[in-house]
Amino acid sequence: MIGPILFSVFAVAAIAGALGMLFSKNPVSSALWLILTLFCVAGLYLTLNATFIAVVQVLVYAGAIMVLFLFVIMLLNLAELPRLQTGDGKRFLGYVGACGIFAALMITTSSALGVLPEPVSVGVAAETGSALNLATLLFTQYALPFEVIGILLLVATIGAVMLAKRRFV
Amino acid sequence: MLSDFLPLLLMLLIATGLAMTLLKAAELLGPRRPNRIKQKAYESGMDPIGTARERYSVKFYLVAMIFIVFDVEVVFLYPWAASFDEFMAAGQALPVLGIVFFFIAILAIGLLYDIKKGGLEFD
Amino acid sequence: MELAWYWTAAVAFLIINFLLVSASVLVYAERKVSGYIQARPGPNRVGPFGFLQPFADVLKLVLKENIVPLTANPFIHSLAPTLMVIIAMGAGGLIPFARGVVIADMEVSALVLLALTSISVYGVTLAGWSSNSKYSLLGGLRSSAQMISYELSMGMAVLSVVLLTGSLNLVEMVEAQQVGWGFFGWNIFRNPIGAVLFIVTAFAETNRTPFDLPEAEQELVGGYHTEYSGMKFGMFFLAEYVNFFVASFFIVTLFFGGYLLPFEPLIISAFPGLADSILLTVLQILTLVVKAGFFAFVFIWVRWTLPRFKYQQLMTLGWKYLLPISIVNAMVIAIVLAVLNAF
Repeated sequence: MIGPILFSVFAVAAIAGALGMLFSKNPVSSALWLILTLFCVAGLYLTLNATFIAVVQVLVYAGAIMVLFLFVIMLLNLAELPRLQTGDGKRFLGYVGACGIFAALMITTSSALGVLPEPVSVGVAAETGSALNLATLLFTQYALPFEVIGILLLVATIGAVMLAKRRFV
Repeated sequence: MLSDFLPLLLMLLIATGLAMTLLKAAELLGPRRPNRIKQKAYESGMDPIGTARERYSVKFYLVAMIFIVFDVEVVFLYPWAASFDEFMAAGQALPVLGIVFFFIAILAIGLLYDIKKGGLEFD
Repeated sequence: MELAWYWTAAVAFLIINFLLVSASVLVYAERKVSGYIQARPGPNRVGPFGFLQPFADVLKLVLKENIVPLTANPFIHSLAPTLMVIIAMGAGGLIPFARGVVIADMEVSALVLLALTSISVYGVTLAGWSSNSKYSLLGGLRSSAQMISYELSMGMAVLSVVLLTGSLNLVEMVEAQQVGWGFFGWNIFRNPIGAVLFIVTAFAETNRTPFDLPEAEQELVGGYHTEYSGMKFGMFFLAEYVNFFVASFFIVTLFFGGYLLPFEPLIISAFPGLADSILLTVLQILTLVVKAGFFAFVFIWVRWTLPRFKYQQLMTLGWKYLLPISIVNAMVIAIVLAVLNAF
């Protein structure tokens, strides 16, 4: 009963956060709006009863990746962006219309091709999203992809060091 | 379960109420006599030179980047730690341990590389 | 224990007030303990033994003007201390106070604790950035780099407890420490390195000495809260004390048996009427508060004993020592568990 209500609250807040991120002029405010969106996505996972995924979403995205974003904004001294030329509402309406038409096209073509994802039921999500199930899948069926993720993370580390290396003298 | 999280949400809401009350109380009770000199950024009593929005060392970026890598690693290990006794009960302890050790070894190479290249030197 | 939501709200309200009162007691304790450590009396003017000093301080802070620099970002400048208070208090909702007495008991509560810790980085970073002062920004940057560096070792220390418990739930972690009749099942005896790691990282996460570089007053004036005054400064102050008190609760919960009484099975077999009684709950709450109070004292004691690290020492300790040690510790525990299971 409370699930659908919370879902709508989180969904609307997530979209509001995304719009806030797009339209705020200050890069730090943009980052804060994005954090709100990420929290709401975690809330959406919660309404699916996928608690582990929800908490990890906050831990990794809000707690780690957005810290990096904030660091980069501070490091680069990004000033306030110049005012965008969106003074007239007609152009904005044009954007909305274009997005709407694109979405409609995508939905019709993908449903015609039969590649639209099935909606996930709460029970299924709760089962796949629990820590135990993830572990079972991760360490048996998906052990190789798991190790590949390790190599990917290694590459990311080396890449970061290489990018910043020139400054270490 | 979603319902398990509602009490925490409630707690955070009450804490928000407390913080708002404190801010509001200070606003109502405290004096409000701003002037330009008082509202300068503090710089040891001198007029601030330039702004604080300067560029800073790239090393902070590197720390944050490596943090993300290891944070993701730790997150991957939690499901393993929480269900390790199930794996042991199923007699799968050795293969699972091997997978995890290999994963950690890969990341340890990254940490070693970073230390060797001096990415974490803050002198 | 299923309660109606208004009862949960009432208990949550009670816990927040408990944390508020204990923060003021801790402020008083810190000033008194530091006084005795430095051979001076400490506060002794307001009320008997100066006991009303913290209340006088709060009154003073509320009545002070809130000065915001003209170049600051006013909204984020207020958001930062608010965030600090909310997260410090919210973490209190995860503490299991006694058997069945916990506000938020979810399957993954240990992870929620880590998630809250990771969010608290924002309070400091945003405070430093929004003030638009050089001291603040340096303090904020330093502090966020410090907090994220030590968060990893903290995560691995918690992971070692998760391995021992086989669960991500804090209540189950406490109950799993009840082994045998005494208190040798406490995780401090099964996982001493993890306990030391968790305590050290808890100091770093709460920005307490020797890890108080973000507010190193000799070099950064006040660090991230240089430009804060009045009640907003008071909120940072409050958050600091609540933070380290809550951290003491989690040190106890994870490694020192939480609410478990020492010799609890013995006591219950001596007084069978005690089992599941209200008295036992009260005793458990008292035990927890006494244990946590001890660690709060340790936090204060360390602050007035140890000098501050240099920044490169801090980063070296975090990345080159604590992180590898915490990973090896977790792996050794896994191997020992597997070997014990095999025989």
